[in-house]
Amino acid sequence: MAKIYTLLGLILLILLLLPLFLNQYLLGIFVFIFYYAYLGQCWNILTGYTGNISLGHSLYVGIGAYISTMLAMHVGFSPWIGMVIGGLGATLIGVIMGYLAFRFGLKNVYFVLITIAFAEIGRLVALHLKPLGQFMGLFIDFKPGWANFQFKGNLPYYYIGLGFVIFSLIVVRVLELSKWGRYFVALREDEDAAESVGVNALKYKMIALGISSFMTALAGTFYANYIFYLHPTSIMSMALSIEIVLRPIIGGMGTALGPVIGSFLITPLAELSRSYFAKAGYEGLHLVIYGFLLVAVVLFFPRGVISYIKRGIAPLLGSSKAV
Amino acid sequence: MNLALVVQLIIGGFLMGGVYSLIALGLSLIFGVLRVINFAHGEMMIWGMYIAYTILLLTGIDPFFSLVISAGALFILGYMVQRIVVNRIIEFPEAMQVIAMIGTALIFENGARLIWGPDYRSPASRFALSSIWIGKIMIDFPRLLAFLIAILIAALVFLFLKYTDTGKAIRSSADNRLGALLVGTDVDRVYAICFGIGTACVGAAGALLVPLMPLSPHIGPPFTMVSFIIVILGGMGSLIGAVVGGLIVGVAESVATIFLPSSLKQIVSFSLMVAILLLKPKGLFGR
Repeated sequence: MAKIYTLLGLILLILLLLPLFLNQYLLGIFVFIFYYAYLGQCWNILTGYTGNISLGHSLYVGIGAYISTMLAMHVGFSPWIGMVIGGLGATLIGVIMGYLAFRFGLKNVYFVLITIAFAEIGRLVALHLKPLGQFMGLFIDFKPGWANFQFKGNLPYYYIGLGFVIFSLIVVRVLELSKWGRYFVALREDEDAAESVGVNALKYKMIALGISSFMTALAGTFYANYIFYLHPTSIMSMALSIEIVLRPIIGGMGTALGPVIGSFLITPLAELSRSYFAKAGYEGLHLVIYGFLLVAVVLFFPRGVISYIKRGIAPLLGSSKAV
Repeated sequence: MNLALVVQLIIGGFLMGGVYSLIALGLSLIFGVLRVINFAHGEMMIWGMYIAYTILLLTGIDPFFSLVISAGALFILGYMVQRIVVNRIIEFPEAMQVIAMIGTALIFENGARLIWGPDYRSPASRFALSSIWIGKIMIDFPRLLAFLIAILIAALVFLFLKYTDTGKAIRSSADNRLGALLVGTDVDRVYAICFGIGTACVGAAGALLVPLMPLSPHIGPPFTMVSFIIVILGGMGSLIGAVVGGLIVGVAESVATIFLPSSLKQIVSFSLMVAILLLKPKGLFGR
């Protein structure tokens, strides 16, 4: 166990020094690696640990992005404060949805459908709200400075993104070791059995959903102040929800490192192929590849890439129980 | 408010609902027998649409006739999808099934985008603009025809399931998989045929929609959602429920355009689904 932390510390050190050798373009790719790793981790808290698949996580990204942006534009709140308020807003919506769904015992596909329904309703409402720019989208003024969460160049975003990933890793690791995390896993493995020994299923599913939606919304603020443009079809869409679920599934659901590994594998490929295929006139090809990847993961390695990595490094660490 | 307009919207929605019914019938049949949810349903439908569209462009044959080819092609596609993907995940936890089916949906949607391009297209079909007037009420002729054909196909599917040997095998496999295996049914083949019939329904429905709306690869996912809503409304696995649910959703979406912009009409059906899931999750005709 100590050895795995040493290894992670080493990787962290490399990541801290890496920007010295990267140009703006590569820095940008790393920013997206961190962004999607963080989002995947947020989704993982709900789906990976409690087993309730959400296909509507873009809803929380959108809520976080819009609340913090509107507060900054009209009230003058710093996005750092707006980020927390946005997180609370997303938690409120998430908890309302979760209460309705879990209270009535919706599981599996029914839960998936209700998350999609809420996200789609959110997207359609956002698309028709005047202050959000409707079909034109919302442009955000560029006012660089720490207080405004806006910077020239990609370097500050690199470190903030890395900070987000480390934050999410710590949250997940603490959860894993805590009673809550064990309740989550118990509910995933066998809800009836867990309830029969006194785990309050409704309560702990709500806690997982609350944490997950709060943290997801923080990424929305990050995205808004990195891209400076918000449109419901990009930030609240099913497409983003699929991007979010793809990485933890490929990396390994229900593990702390799975989403991060998934993002390091998929994001650079996705960014490169997206720009390459689009130039060659094959728009959408990367989504076909996503599709094949999802099918292949389920059919051939449902435990994700991490199970192979674990097997690979186990001899080095002298323990098969690593991670 | 103009009463004639309301009546016209109700009739228009009802006719559209017939096509919805056929789409949802396919989904409900697949779920009822295989217990797998076809998340790629709307995405497969656009393949039916594009096949009919391509035939119309190349030969000028109207989609109302070429729907036979669309349905046949989608039967083969569905049969293959069942054999290659669904058959292997049928014993998996539902969560993993959903992920694999989402992957399949992405392949179909974006495969269509690669082949036919992302733009909206509205082919000029022969009946596209003709209409019938009854007093002050206008009825779209292609819509009426699509409705009649959709209901006819739905009826044929019912008869097929009721009276043919394959249909009986499908129903018995749905009722009791082990029992069907014990009396020597090739359940895998029956499942593949059933999946094929389900996707053939949606292929035919896709062809019927070609004269009714502009087509693009990205109208698939909304149709997947609409068919889920209908099937949940009618009751998962209930075929009658799918038909009745289709008509209800068709009318509800159409009437909603009186007081909502038409780009928001989906909110009505999504809210309908949330309400049904919370109040009566088994649906109107669920067992």
